[in-house]
This record gives sequence, structure tokens and C-alpha cells, in this order.
Amino acid sequence: MSAADPALPTEIGIPLSLRGAATIRVVAGFGFWLFLLSDIILFAALFATYSVLSSSTAGGPTAAELFDKKHVFLETMCLLASSVTCGFGSLAVQRTDARAMYLWMATTFVLGVCFVAMEGREFAGMVASGAGPSHSAFLSAFFTLVGTHGLHVSLGLVWLVIMLLQATTLGFQPMVSRRFFSFGLFWHALDIVWIGVFTIVYLGAR
Amino acid sequence: MNSHLQAQGTVPGVDARGVHGGRSYLIGLLCAVPLTVASFWAATTSLVYPPAVPVLLAALAIAQMGVHVAFFLHISSAPDQTNNFLALAFGVFVTALVVFGSMMIMAHLNHNMMSMDELTKIQR
Repeated sequence: MSAADPALPTEIGIPLSLRGAATIRVVAGFGFWLFLLSDIILFAALFATYSVLSSSTAGGPTAAELFDKKHVFLETMCLLASSVTCGFGSLAVQRTDARAMYLWMATTFVLGVCFVAMEGREFAGMVASGAGPSHSAFLSAFFTLVGTHGLHVSLGLVWLVIMLLQATTLGFQPMVSRRFFSFGLFWHALDIVWIGVFTIVYLGAR
Repeated sequence: MNSHLQAQGTVPGVDARGVHGGRSYLIGLLCAVPLTVASFWAATTSLVYPPAVPVLLAALAIAQMGVHVAFFLHISSAPDQTNNFLALAFGVFVTALVVFGSMMIMAHLNHNMMSMDELTKIQR
């Protein structure tokens, strides 16, 4: 889809009721956008839980003792980079440039796997040192919030693999490019949630 | 297809005008990396007055979320994006209600709650 026309739409003055049905691309994109916002509200509830419980450590380790900021910084950079490569991948899908699409989306996948692996290692280390989710209300809230985000990223990776398979078998059909496009929105939204996670959970620990 | 699309509004993520294609993502990256580095710096430095650090972190996080929304998701307040923008505004509103509402209520509850020792004394 070309978006070369920089002029403002002239149809804006026409009432919505007279404009006819929206294209499936607009309907699907808007519907997915609403889903993402509802997903962000789910995270809002988990953020609220964490904020309320973050000092209820039950005599166990506190947030400031547990987290390694360098590790989190690397995780953040992985996710940010994967968000940008995903953007370039989406542009390649729009241009129906298969080689560029595979290159950028494979990079996105690798960076996403790095993120999940680093988070998994952090969780495993915490559980091994006795700071598992059952230790205190603070740790339960931490594992729920960060774990839900990690689960979203993992499911996003599964989705990305499915999309790559679909692009290979079906080619750039309209429905495939629509799904790629929704995947891009999902991935960017997860990066926005991660900004909240590293600010409130990791940097807010003191 | 393009004129038809614009007549119906655009979907999030599609840049109908303004910064195009790869440049938008590069600008986003160039804005997001310094903001991230600044966040991590603010959390570890002793140069900033300590009670002001949470406010600074919040400001940096909100700025970075704004960068992501504008340059990665391409949501703007343009006339053809009214639906997307309204939905985003409602999402932000509910998020703020849930997070700050919970924190306020729980802080008041904690404040008005008797401590455990006093409670057990009364029960005896």
C-alpha cells in the first residue's frame, strides 16, 4: 500500500454515514488496536498490584537487593532493537520484498529469543536462590507482572514463526500482510509495556 | 485504495503522511535510546536530588512511551486518525484510573489500618 499522497483527505468534510463501508484492512487494524488497548489495561491491573505489594517482602529479599540493572539494561536494548527491526520488516512486507522481510523478521526473532532467554535466566536464578514467587507478596506480584510480559513476548515469537511459515507457503496475500501488520502492532505494544516494567519494577527499586 | 483508505480513516501503524517508512523507525530509535540510557543513569546517579528521582523516571518513561506511540505505532491526532486516537485516550484514562486509584485506596487503607500488634491486643 502506498502512502505517497501527502495531501489531507478531502473526504473529511463528508459525514461518516455517507462514506460507505470501511475496508477490511481498516476494520481489522482498528479491531486489533482495541485488543491491544484492552491488553494494556490487563497490564495496568498487574502494575497496580505490584505497586501496592512491592514493599510487602515478608522479611525476604527486597527489590533493591534482587535486581541487576546492567542485566535489565541489556534486556531493554534487545527488545528496543527488535521493535525497530520489526518495523523494518513490516515495511518490507508492504513493499512485498521477501528477502528483506526474512532478514529483518529473523533478526527480530533472534533478539526476541535473547530477551526471553535473559529473563528466563534471571527467573531461574531467583528461584534457585530461594526468592521464588511463593516467598512473599512482593515476589508473587513481581513474577506475575514480569512473567505475563515474558509470556506475551514468547507467544509473539510463536506467532512470528507462524507468520514466516505463512509467508513462505502463501506468499504476500492480503490476509498474510494484514496479519504481519497486526503482529507489528503487538510487538511495538509489548515494548511500550516493557518501558513501564523497567521503570517501575527495576529502576523504581530502592 | 489510498484515497478510499483516507476517507475511512487510517489504521494504526500506517503512516499516511509526515515522516515516511524507515526514517520514522530510525528517528524513534534515536530518541528512545538516549531516553532509556537517561532512565538507567537517573536511577543510579547521586547527582540528582534523591526524592526527585521517581518524578524524573516517570517523566522519562512517559516521554519514551510517547516516542514509541508516535514513531513506531504511528498514532497521531491527525483528522483521519480520530478513532485510533480516541481509543488510545480511553485506554490511557482507564490505565491511569486503575493504577493510581488502586495505589491511592491502598495507601489510605494502610494509613487507617490498626497495626497487627494493636489488633491482637484488642482480640484478647
